[in-house]
Amino acid sequence: MGQQVDNHINISGRIRMQAKNIDVFYGDKQALNKINLDIAANQVTALIGPSGCGKSTFLRCLNRMNDTIDSCKVKGDVTLDQRDIYSRDMDVVELRARVGMVFQKPNPFPKSIFDNVAYGPRIHGLAHNRQELDKIVDLSLKRAGLYDEVSERLNTPGTSLSGGQQQRLCIARAIAISPEVILMDEPCSALDPIATAKVEELIDELKEHYTIVIVTHNMQQAARVSQYTAFFHLGEIVEFGETEKIFTNPAEKRTQDYITGRFG
Amino acid sequence: MTNFSSSSNWQDSERSQKRIKQRYRAEMRFKIYGLTAVCIALVMLGILLSSIISKGYPAFTSTELALEIHFDQKILDPENKNDYSTLYSANYAKLLRQSLFTMFPEVAGRKDKKSLLKLISSTARFELREMVLKNRNIIGTKQTVWLTADSDVDLFHKNQTHRDVNENKRRLSNKQLKWINTLYTKNAIRGVFNTSFFTNSDSREPEVAGIGGALMGSLFTLIITLVLVFPIGVATAIYLEEFAPKNRLTDFIEVNINNLAAVPSIVFGLLGLAIFIQVFHLPRSAPIVGGLTLMLMTLPIIIIATRAALSAVPPSIREAAYGVGASKIQVVTHHVLPLGLPGILTGTIVGMAQALGETAPLLMIGMVAFIVDTPGGPFDAATALPVQIFLWADSPERGFIEKTSAAIMVLLAFLITMNAIAIYLRQKFEIRW
Repeated sequence: MGQQVDNHINISGRIRMQAKNIDVFYGDKQALNKINLDIAANQVTALIGPSGCGKSTFLRCLNRMNDTIDSCKVKGDVTLDQRDIYSRDMDVVELRARVGMVFQKPNPFPKSIFDNVAYGPRIHGLAHNRQELDKIVDLSLKRAGLYDEVSERLNTPGTSLSGGQQQRLCIARAIAISPEVILMDEPCSALDPIATAKVEELIDELKEHYTIVIVTHNMQQAARVSQYTAFFHLGEIVEFGETEKIFTNPAEKRTQDYITGRFG
Repeated sequence: MTNFSSSSNWQDSERSQKRIKQRYRAEMRFKIYGLTAVCIALVMLGILLSSIISKGYPAFTSTELALEIHFDQKILDPENKNDYSTLYSANYAKLLRQSLFTMFPEVAGRKDKKSLLKLISSTARFELREMVLKNRNIIGTKQTVWLTADSDVDLFHKNQTHRDVNENKRRLSNKQLKWINTLYTKNAIRGVFNTSFFTNSDSREPEVAGIGGALMGSLFTLIITLVLVFPIGVATAIYLEEFAPKNRLTDFIEVNINNLAAVPSIVFGLLGLAIFIQVFHLPRSAPIVGGLTLMLMTLPIIIIATRAALSAVPPSIREAAYGVGASKIQVVTHHVLPLGLPGILTGTIVGMAQALGETAPLLMIGMVAFIVDTPGGPFDAATALPVQIFLWADSPERGFIEKTSAAIMVLLAFLITMNAIAIYLRQKFEIRW
């Protein structure tokens, strides 16, 4: 039930985003119940939990993607650098440029690789001429670890790449607009192990420039990549803390049961 | 425990053999039914096309007679004024009469002379007038010119008349047949490709009737329809699909649009008559009214086709665009619309092809009148191709039978071309993702 978990003392360092008392309803059904969470700046926060516990729903609250679903109602506050993102004077478009998203199934636009990465900078007016645009695209592809593989064929369709390359293209597309936070909704679940390893390596490098929140089904992945972990169950946060502590010495019994594989 | 042993059900027993045979026979029957249905459809199509083509192809030749015409200045321009109005109103029929009576000097008596004149088309004198007005130097010369023959001669030349019936049941009398034979021996009859079928408008004389006016009328009507229905229909569909809130009002609108697509087209004709002609006082029989009426009729089809095309765009593309910070309008115009374009174009062209063939609404707004001038613009009275076919099918003259079928062939050719363009455009714009 409405058990308030105090998450504010566990983080050392800057806080990039804060969620306070988030309730989410799909129609009459309540999906999230009094969620309180702090996202640390330039760190990787992992959200783990069994299927249907509300992790993706919470992730989508952070960049207001739930606005596109008609039956979804969000109550509570989410702040980005102390600014309430659900207030009337926050422009959703600007928010989504500052909080980017990578989806579970790679979804590049049916355009060329160059146009895929350049689309965001173009619509936000981040480049004033072609050279600047080229620089942004090259930098994004390099940071996404894709540049070496596609530099010769930037005009080929984005959909002609392999699954892992497509996902890295989506990551490049997300970082091309220089967001502050990158949200990743199970980014590796549709990829083979080698591509997964590449993306995990990438996440580790990306945290230097961006704050990352990753939802994952794979506990070992959470243990590998994240610094903070939140365990969700039945629409609530059961436990939140530093990854090492959660996985070696969890405070809650439910956390212990989930990690040891008793349920999930 | 339920006995799941397989011995009774799946082994090679007689029952399982029978079951297998029954299944094979049922599949074979199903295939035969499908094949029979396809064959019946193809046979019907073949009968339809062959009957139309066999009746229609003679219309593409027209019969001409060679006459030696003396462009006598004493008849055409006795005062040597050499101006347009004199030459326009000169008595060209007299030139024809002189030529024919010279060719057949044995013909005497009013009745026979009239009968001889009937061999040439009543519009032949206008053809002579055209020649003189184009080149006044032929005044005073003697020329052999080819002039359009009358419809009865035309049909005779194309072997379409019965020769072995009684004279009083025929259009051509025995004397006329004798004269025609004389013309044959002199090589003065020929059939040429009937270009005037495409350039002339409707006429009471079947030998000079053409679809030119109807083609222009149809063209103006379709252009007006297309220019209006494409932006309005696509914009409406985009709004309903992407921007409208999902409440009972939009459901109500959607149900009504779907119903409108099934309304008989003649009802739209009544609507056009009541609103465009009686309330707005637009000119009757004009392509503008036809275009507006057909626009109303085609609008539901375009809206439904566009909505289907837009909703077929995968939501993952939209989410990706939202995730990069695109606004709703940017998502629709940069991503959804380009991906939905093949479906939209196909729906538009299919809607246009349907509008091209619609007769009933055009009848109601008056495009059924007998129009002899080719329309110069959308506000002139005109007729449309399907209506022209309808009018000719009603005509009693025999010469119109082949014209009707030929006009049907032209209409079918247009429809096939438009559908082929639709398929080509769909292939070209289809992006595979």
